[in-house]
Parts: sequence; structure tokens; C-alpha cells
Amino acid sequence: MGRKLLLDKANVPGIRSFEVYRREGGYRSVEKALKMSEADIVEEVKKSGLRGRGGAGFPTGMKWSFIAKPEGVPRHLVVNADESEPGTFKDRYLMEFIPHILIEGMIVSSFALGSNVSYIYIRGEYAWIVDILEEAIAEAKQHGFLGNNILGSGFNCEIYVQRGAGAYICGEETALIESLEGKRGNPRIKPPFPAVKGVWERPTVVNNVETIAAVVPIINEGGEEYAKIGVGKSTGTKLISACGNINKPGIYEIDMTISVEEFIYSDEYCGGIPNGKKLKACIPGGSSVPILPANLLLTTAKGEKRMMNYESLADGGFATGTMMGSGGFIVMDEDQCIVRHTLSLARFYHHESCGQCSPCREGTGWMEKILKKIEYGKGEIKDIDLLWDIQRKIEGNTICPLGDAAAWPVAAAIRHFRDEFEWHVLNPEESQKRNYGLAHYADPIHVPSAV
Amino acid sequence: MAEEVKAPPANFKVTIDNITIEVAPGTTVLNAARQIGGDVAPPAMCYYSKLQGSGGKCRTCLVEVAAGSTADPRPMPKLVPSCRTNVMDGMVVKNITSERVIDARNGVVEFLLLNHPLDCPICDQAGECHLQDLGYSHGKEGTRYEFERRTFEKEDIGPYIQLHMTRCILCYRCTYVADQLTDKRVHGILDRGDHAEISTYISKAIDNDFSGNMIDVCPVGALTDKTFRFKNRVWFTKPIDAHRDCDNPKCCGKATLWLRGDDVYRVTTRKDEWGEVQSYDGKPGWICNTCRFDKKKTSDWVIEGPTKINRHSVIAQGHYENGVIPKDTTKEVMGGRAPKLLMDIHSVSEVNPNK
Repeated sequence: MGRKLLLDKANVPGIRSFEVYRREGGYRSVEKALKMSEADIVEEVKKSGLRGRGGAGFPTGMKWSFIAKPEGVPRHLVVNADESEPGTFKDRYLMEFIPHILIEGMIVSSFALGSNVSYIYIRGEYAWIVDILEEAIAEAKQHGFLGNNILGSGFNCEIYVQRGAGAYICGEETALIESLEGKRGNPRIKPPFPAVKGVWERPTVVNNVETIAAVVPIINEGGEEYAKIGVGKSTGTKLISACGNINKPGIYEIDMTISVEEFIYSDEYCGGIPNGKKLKACIPGGSSVPILPANLLLTTAKGEKRMMNYESLADGGFATGTMMGSGGFIVMDEDQCIVRHTLSLARFYHHESCGQCSPCREGTGWMEKILKKIEYGKGEIKDIDLLWDIQRKIEGNTICPLGDAAAWPVAAAIRHFRDEFEWHVLNPEESQKRNYGLAHYADPIHVPSAV
Repeated sequence: MAEEVKAPPANFKVTIDNITIEVAPGTTVLNAARQIGGDVAPPAMCYYSKLQGSGGKCRTCLVEVAAGSTADPRPMPKLVPSCRTNVMDGMVVKNITSERVIDARNGVVEFLLLNHPLDCPICDQAGECHLQDLGYSHGKEGTRYEFERRTFEKEDIGPYIQLHMTRCILCYRCTYVADQLTDKRVHGILDRGDHAEISTYISKAIDNDFSGNMIDVCPVGALTDKTFRFKNRVWFTKPIDAHRDCDNPKCCGKATLWLRGDDVYRVTTRKDEWGEVQSYDGKPGWICNTCRFDKKKTSDWVIEGPTKINRHSVIAQGHYENGVIPKDTTKEVMGGRAPKLLMDIHSVSEVNPNK
């Protein structure tokens, strides 16, 4: 069984409360960090090799070192709890059941970054978690871990929880900042980067919930100890939210040395596929990362066993690999229709596009319409090529990564499952007969009969 | 030995499409390209130099940075919006010399035209439309889009402006005008994605002294001048530079009058070669609604002379100021007699008979 750093106390009764959390060793990292210098904490995080757990996997210590420090200008830490990627639900668990680990991590991180006012930007749908977090903040303040002169160190810090209004794009760091400032959640054009001009035009670091929680064991045990867990540049543990056609969906903390095969089939993790069905495909890092068919999922381009870490999952680029992403692990068995799943994702990204830049605004809707046409047996072979061309024109040409997030699933689905798209085109009657009970897809497809 | 700190050069050298130019630090790639001029300047649908924060959205001005700078000559992996990317010393940029750029721009034009009707024959922006120009230079002969387009009801926003949301490409320019130029902003973007639309806040009308400038910044025919709509075609009118002593301190009083005969059909700001309002003394030459909508007589203005326009522009059609009209020699060769029609079409045609 792998080592657990974030969820090791998850099953302790009452761990949500300050007393129990403290009794179990909570807030030790704050006591330790406040005796260190800001630079030393950043150095520990660098040594740990911690990579951002929100999806991009950028080294956290390096990100922290980018923050501008102009004289007399406040800095801010913002925790990105706008967990909206389909298939990803790990942060929710962490905040709901062990809220103090996030608050503890935030105090340490705020101290390291020189932030006296830090924010948790949480998705509006997590309404009940807001109450849990605010209670945890109040408890921490009551015990002297927040507010003025924390533990007599002279360091002041306040944490505020800000609810989003339910837009996926607000998980993108600059759109999050816009929303936090009370504006429409549109991504900003970079540069300037948030490390220079973020919230209220002040230097800002935006980190994911899991990333900030991981700072606690890094400070407690030291960066080097943390780096010993895992493999290569995939150090520490990673939370994986597993769902789809598996026997044991849920949140798993892995140390990134296990194989994908072990993760899917072992009883310790997903417990295999229900009813003995065959594995067809998997999206291993949240809906925006490319889907992989079973053969490429279990074996890398080099013919090695595919491991649950950043490097192995990305082996061979998008032609044969995918991404670790946020860790939203979606498994599909042999009965699943890739075209239908791709349509579902395209529909989501179309709905969530902010509409600022033309390729994303127009392209995502176009892709959805073509996929709908193919799924409902009205497609033509040329539509598959057209889809490929549209995603190619969106990818890389948009303001923020939402364009890529919309393009990659379509590209990967066509790359690996083109025969399934062609089956829909060549067998229109059989395509139309299938009923998934999706009433919201039943609206007519406006395709002129002449085309 | 202390490391020698080099002062940044007073000017940055940037090479765009193999042409090198020196520009001041802080200049964007687009503005550097505009200093070279011609086709080297990328097209821009949402950028407007006089509107702070504009640009970066339409993606028509994407360019390839083949070398970041002399200090770091690595190419940038993605195409970048030239309107929001500052030049670096030694930067090498490819615009029309890059196949990637042309391909991406073709894609952007296709995306922009998905939900923009090609109703140029009835659109008041015809002849002045940036998307029309972009479509000609980068568009394809046909569309691959076969689904129903989004449509909207026309909306009167205030007494002077009609909004054709169906034509809007969401460039955000008019909202920047509202933010930066007018006192009472009541319109903005509602909804998101391809459902997004420009509209007014709870049905309020746009009613302030400078609202008319929104019409001028709109690159397509989405915001139209209600005092000019369907009155004439732009190429039938003659642009004349004129000014008046306007008592509104924010109004520059310099405008272009669009005449047919002696009638002033419309009044607009004066625009430069990029279709943007011209600057006077470093200030953008916005005009107030009084000058634009109420001063429709030539006697209201001091006429300066014909507006200089590109001879390739459709607006130039029919305005050959120094053109020589070929001499009609029919009478001469016929000994002074007028030609006699051999057949009157109306007498033999059943269509529209001459009764």
C-alpha cells in the first residue's frame, strides 16, 4: 500500500474539527514555518519537486519564485477551488473532510509569499463546503493561527472564501482573478502574468487546493523527504478521482510509482471493470486531456508499462500519450460509444466557452453540431475530416487553454477511434436506433436536406 | 569583477517579413508593422489603438515569432496576437511570410463568418467593413458551415443607434468606448460563448453625448447610424473634411461629412488608413452626438477639402476628381446629328412595356 500524506487522517472521527486535527498533529507546519525565512520555505518547496496539481503540472517552487516583490505593494495567494473539470472531484473531498489541511497549507504558503490577505475561490456549486471552510477559518483564528501576529511571530494573515457563480472558465487563473475582483470571468491576455499583476493588480500566486495542501507534509518532513516519494519529476503523492466503468469509484492517493494497469485492476484501487467487461479506453487526467485506447493506456510508445505519473502518461506526446492533468480518471468499458462521449464533452466546452476569442467561441459550437450530426446517423465521412480541421484551427490560437481543452478530446477521439466515427456514418439506421435516454439531445439537428 | 550592466538600447530593432525597422521599446508588433505599412501590417478586428485594453480577442492579427530577441533567439511555440505582444530587440516576426499565420488567419475568418451574414448588399457598413476586406483577402470561396446561424431581433439602443446583433463579431470595441469615453455605460456583453450578445442593461437606452462613436469603432455593420440607415450607399457619397467650433470640451470638432450633391448624409469621425479615429495633438478625435447627428448642413461646418482616401477603396469609386471623361464624338462623326435609336426595346419587350 502506498504512502498517504494528505488523506492519512481522513478516517479519523471528527478530523474536520480543529481540536481533533490539532491533536493528530495538525498545524505543526505553521509553527515550524514561522521560524523559517520566506526564502527557505520556497527553497523547501523547490526541493520537494512539487508540481501544480490543478492540471498543468508546473513546478510550484519555481512559480512561487516568480512573484514580483515591489516595495510597499501587497501580494496575494489565491487558492483555486473552482474544481469544474468533468471527472475531477478530488479537491471537494479534501475540503469537505479535512478542511484544516488546506487552511494550514495556506497559512504557510501565505507566509512564504508575503501574503497578508489570501483567498479561496471556490465554485458556487460547492455551497456546503463554503460553510465548512469558513468554520475552519474561524476555528484557526480563534486558536491564534490566523489574524494578527500569528503565534507571536508578527505575521498577519486573513483568509477569505469567495464563491464563484458556476462557470468552468473561472478555473483558469486569470479568469478566476477577474471573477474574484467582481467582474465577468473572462481570461486576461498574458503578459502581464499574475505573478506580476494579479488580484487588484498586485503580485499574485494562484495554486490548486491539492498543491497548497501538499505544502503541509513538505514543511513537516522537509522537501528532500517528500521528493523521495514517487519517481523522477513526479514526486510526492497525487490524488486521483476515479470514475466511470470501475468497481470502486472514489478518491485515491497514490505515490505515482504504480502502473495504470494496477490502478485499474487491483482491489486496493479501482477494483477492475464491472461484469468482467473489457477495458476500451480511459481519460486519465480530467475531461480535457486526450483519451487513450486500452492498448496505449497500458503500454507506452516505448513498449514499457504505462505508469501513473506525469512522464509516463505523456510518453510519445499526444500521438501515443496523454497527460496526468488534474487526475480525473475516467474509465470506459467495451460498451461505451466514443462518439457519444466526445459529443458530451464538446457540448460541455461549447457551453462553457467564455466567448471572448473567435476560434473558441465559434469553433466549439461548430464541433458540437457536427458531432451531434454524426452521433445521430446524419453524418458524412467528410464531417470527420472537417472536425479534425476545426480542432486544429482552435488549438493554440485562443486566449486561454479552454480552446485546447475543447480541441484535444476531439482530436484524440478521431486519432484513436476513427473507425467508430466511420461506423456511425456508414450505419446511420443503427446509430439512430440506439437510445441513451438523453432527452436533452433529442432536439432536432438543423441540417439542410440539400447538403 | 562586477558584471557589466548594459543599458537597454533607445530603440529596438525588429524584423517583420524580412523588413527591419527601429521602434521605441513598448511598441507592439502590430504597431511596428503599421510603421512599415502595407501588407506587412496584420489585420485587426478588435484592436483599436485609441481604446485602452482592446485587442487580443479576435485572433486575426496572430503572427509567428521566429526569434524572440537577440538575447533569447528561441522562437515562440504558439502564434501570438501582434496587437498585445511587445517587440523585443532583435525580434524576428513572420506575418504574410508564414504559412502557419495564413492558415490560422484563414481559420479565424471562417470562424468569424460562421455567424456573420453576408448581407453586404443591404448592410450600411458595406464598403467600409473590415470583415468584408478580411474575407476578400483571407476567406474561402465557400463555407463549410451548414447549420442554422444565430439570429437576433434588431434593437434600437437609444435614439441614434440600431444594433444588428446578428452581424456582431463580439470585438468588444463598443463596450470599451462605453467604458472609456461616455459617462453612463449601460451596455455590455450578456451571456457567454456563441450565445454572447451585446445588449443594454435592463432595456435601458444608450443616451449620452458620445455614444455615436460606438458606431465608428464597430468593424462590421452591427451598430448602425439610424440617421443614415438605408439613405445611401457609401460609395455614392463624397467624403469631405470639415470642422466646426464645438462647445463640448471633449469633442474635437473635426469630422468627415459624407455628401451627395450638397446634402450631408452623415457625419463621422475622421479615420486613418487603419480605419481608426485620427489623433489630433496626441488625442483621439472623437466627436460628440451634436456634431454627428444634428449638424447636417454644410453651412454648419467649415469645409477643409476632400478627404484623402485609398484609391483602391470602394469609397473611391466614382470620385475621379482629376479624371478625364472621354469625349463623346458621336455627333461629330455623324455630322452634328444626334444618333437615332434603331429599336426601342420597350416596343418589342413584354417585360415592363412602355405604356
